[in-house]
Amino acid sequence: MTNSIREIPQSAGYLIIGSNTTENHPVIGSMIKNEVQNNKKQLVVVDPRRIELAKFADYFFPIRPGTNIAILNGFMHVIIKESLYDKTFVDTRTEGFEDLKNTVEKYTPSYVAEICGLDNPEDIVAAARLMASMKPMALYYSMGITQFVSGVNGVKSTANLQMLLGNMGVEGGGVNPLRGQNNVQGACDMGALPATYPAYQPVANEDNKKKFEAAWGAKDLSMKPGLTLVEMMNAAHAGEIKGMYIMGENPVMSDPNQQHVIEALENLELLVVQDIFLTETAQYAHVVLPSCAFLEKEGTATNTERRVQPMHRVLDPAPLVRDDWWITMQIANRMGANWEYENARDIFAEIRKVTPSYAGITYDRIEKELIQWPCPTKEHPGTQVLHRENFSRGKGLFTGVEYTAPYEETDREYPLVLTTGRVLPQFHTGTMSRNSKVLEETAPEGFVEVHPNDAINLNINDGEVVSVSTRRGSIRIKARVAGRSKANVVFIPFHFYESCANRLTVDCLDPGCKIPEYKVCACRVEKIQA
Amino acid sequence: MLNRLNKTGVCLMEKIRITIDGKEVFGERGQTIMEVARDNGIDIPHLCYHPKLSKTGACRLCLVRIDGRMLKTSCTEFAMDGMSVVTEDDGLKGIRRWLLGLLLLEGEHNCLYCDADGDCELQKYVKMYNVEKSDEDFPRNPREVDYVTSNAIKRNENRCILCGRCIRACKEVQVSNVWGFTERGSQTHLIADDDRRIGESSCVKCGACVQLCPTGALTFQPVLGTGLNWELEKESSICIYCGVGCKIDFYKNKEGLLVKTRGNDDGPNKGHLCIKGRFGFDFVQSPKRLTNPLMKKDGQFVEVGWDEALDFVADRMKGIKDKSGPDAIAALSSAKCTNEENYLVQKLMRGVIGTNNVDHCARL
Repeated sequence: MTNSIREIPQSAGYLIIGSNTTENHPVIGSMIKNEVQNNKKQLVVVDPRRIELAKFADYFFPIRPGTNIAILNGFMHVIIKESLYDKTFVDTRTEGFEDLKNTVEKYTPSYVAEICGLDNPEDIVAAARLMASMKPMALYYSMGITQFVSGVNGVKSTANLQMLLGNMGVEGGGVNPLRGQNNVQGACDMGALPATYPAYQPVANEDNKKKFEAAWGAKDLSMKPGLTLVEMMNAAHAGEIKGMYIMGENPVMSDPNQQHVIEALENLELLVVQDIFLTETAQYAHVVLPSCAFLEKEGTATNTERRVQPMHRVLDPAPLVRDDWWITMQIANRMGANWEYENARDIFAEIRKVTPSYAGITYDRIEKELIQWPCPTKEHPGTQVLHRENFSRGKGLFTGVEYTAPYEETDREYPLVLTTGRVLPQFHTGTMSRNSKVLEETAPEGFVEVHPNDAINLNINDGEVVSVSTRRGSIRIKARVAGRSKANVVFIPFHFYESCANRLTVDCLDPGCKIPEYKVCACRVEKIQA
Repeated sequence: MLNRLNKTGVCLMEKIRITIDGKEVFGERGQTIMEVARDNGIDIPHLCYHPKLSKTGACRLCLVRIDGRMLKTSCTEFAMDGMSVVTEDDGLKGIRRWLLGLLLLEGEHNCLYCDADGDCELQKYVKMYNVEKSDEDFPRNPREVDYVTSNAIKRNENRCILCGRCIRACKEVQVSNVWGFTERGSQTHLIADDDRRIGESSCVKCGACVQLCPTGALTFQPVLGTGLNWELEKESSICIYCGVGCKIDFYKNKEGLLVKTRGNDDGPNKGHLCIKGRFGFDFVQSPKRLTNPLMKKDGQFVEVGWDEALDFVADRMKGIKDKSGPDAIAALSSAKCTNEENYLVQKLMRGVIGTNNVDHCARL
């Protein structure tokens, strides 16, 4: 997030696009609902499903999955045409406005309504005007913007809109991606990414290579960016990756195209899984290493607003269960390293030295202070709002992006669009939530959400077990007939191994950031003949 | 908050000076007497008031004497410059004792059976003012007890003092608008949605109402352990689920079992939680947890010692590196692990093995 959670009350209004906030980030969802319901703030919601926030919205656009860029361009078309944009901000803080203007020229409300499958093009005009009147407006998005082959362009579009409206660098504004895991921000910051060292310092850079060689006492660090997660699976499938070390992840459940993932893992000469349960992935391992769960560890985690927070040991682990960092250190030392960390605090001290944005953060400070990176020195208070005076590159760059269709279009054989996501009481692959009594009892099984019109056409009833198929595979799952999804769009949560959504999803990737297109593929729903 | 700032964010607030119990304190125009008192460390007894919620002045316990004359509820009365406030004198003490006595008569407050025992605001004031239940015969309507419909929340309305904090919590904190009062006078009681029981309602089990309930009328269903409130040990940590990073206080009993959670006010969540932060922690103490390193031998997992497992992993990795090069090895780090642990995994891959093949589920 460029901005902070505590600024939610400072916004005049919100655009929520591709985020089912009240189910996936419920506490932020509640804060936004409170502002809208009790403090008369305005809300525009764009989502293929009639999510809870749609009830609170001034305008709700149930778009076809994968058409975010079209509707964002449509909003910008109106804002530019009616000259509602923040001219001072555009003139002084940005460049590339003409490029954007030319690109969005053709995205008239009626053209956009056609792409997005909307009935009321005039609402696009009204919503655009409303957004321009909100000073400031905060934009929130989540995987409903990113998990497409056009994910990177979707993100660029959100930035275009917020720069156009002058909502960057101000409290209560910003582009605010909501991160779906408690420390996904931190894992990225720490360089658990194939192309960057900690603090996003590229590996393909001679200076960075030297810097880390000196810091780690290592020789010949590779400058070749590594493989991303889905690419790793493809390489394992092809026999190019022979050994994998998986700490606390469950790709059999979480990666697209499950059958392909299983074949890839079975192909490995060595699979090491380090986890708290014998997960679906661990079943394929040669070695399984038991590690501490979050309440059994010390350390830090970085939330969606870049806030680094302390985690404390609440419970003592079982006698033979070990900290993840200890296990990693043991493997390293048995391969020739001589790391001597006594505890997480020692590791954090090293992190501070090589991670400029964390340099001023200490264990003592975060016990008492609220610190968001970048925090370069011990005296620095941290950064609540990014891009206040300048963008990282100086001026903000508008990038006109065209709408492109999702990878897999529907056809006669697979006539419906499948989109996937989470439900409130469950989490990701279910390793934690499905082993928690109240959560599992509340949402014990998967379902496919089908629009009533489609249900009539398919001759299926609410609660009936149906078959859902794509080009990758087929599952059996209970139908939930509800007006929540758009007609021709079905939704399946991916938490449940019994009805695994990722047996169906497509593993095509965004060419830039390699994110899989979980949010759209073509599917077929069929009645099971007795 | 909003109207306290002008368009450029400059504070327009005027400082005001009032006297509370003879002590001169400062506040801002627009604050209630209760708020000024709290900011200055003065505690005025209250039950229906909560700093997170709107004010109703329903319980009357926070009555104060203003300028030696008027009695006003301090949670709703604005502080005015020059005001002199007395928070307690013999008259006020008498009123408080009388109010608490009525609450005891109207409900069925037996701490022996109550989960809130030791963590109850009514109990606190009853002790503080040394009130006992009157033995006069007072006609009361037995109210509903619902311990079964929801697996998250228990409700015993005989312990309800009708302060309405649960209703406001649901409307203003969680914003699900589930709770409401129905009927009037002595018949007033709590309902969920359109007169449903809580387990059959649209409740999303965030637990905000329970956390803000001042008595044992709303309590959590037990998840793992149970224990006496004053014997529980508390430690805070960060929620393991989504990226909001809610700060949570975890309570464990003498046997070391987790009992309950409360949202911590210092976190980004400002004390609020969702169903996962509130109830999704018992997996940590699940009997299905891995407790021993395992190695697959003849297609079956067998328990091995740490040294055997770690040596095997290191030897095999070295073998692959020597034979096929470092890029034949890859690692998935974890968005569920700490910064320190993620840092070490990428350091292992880059600095020890020599490849940049490290990623995690950021894109999933």
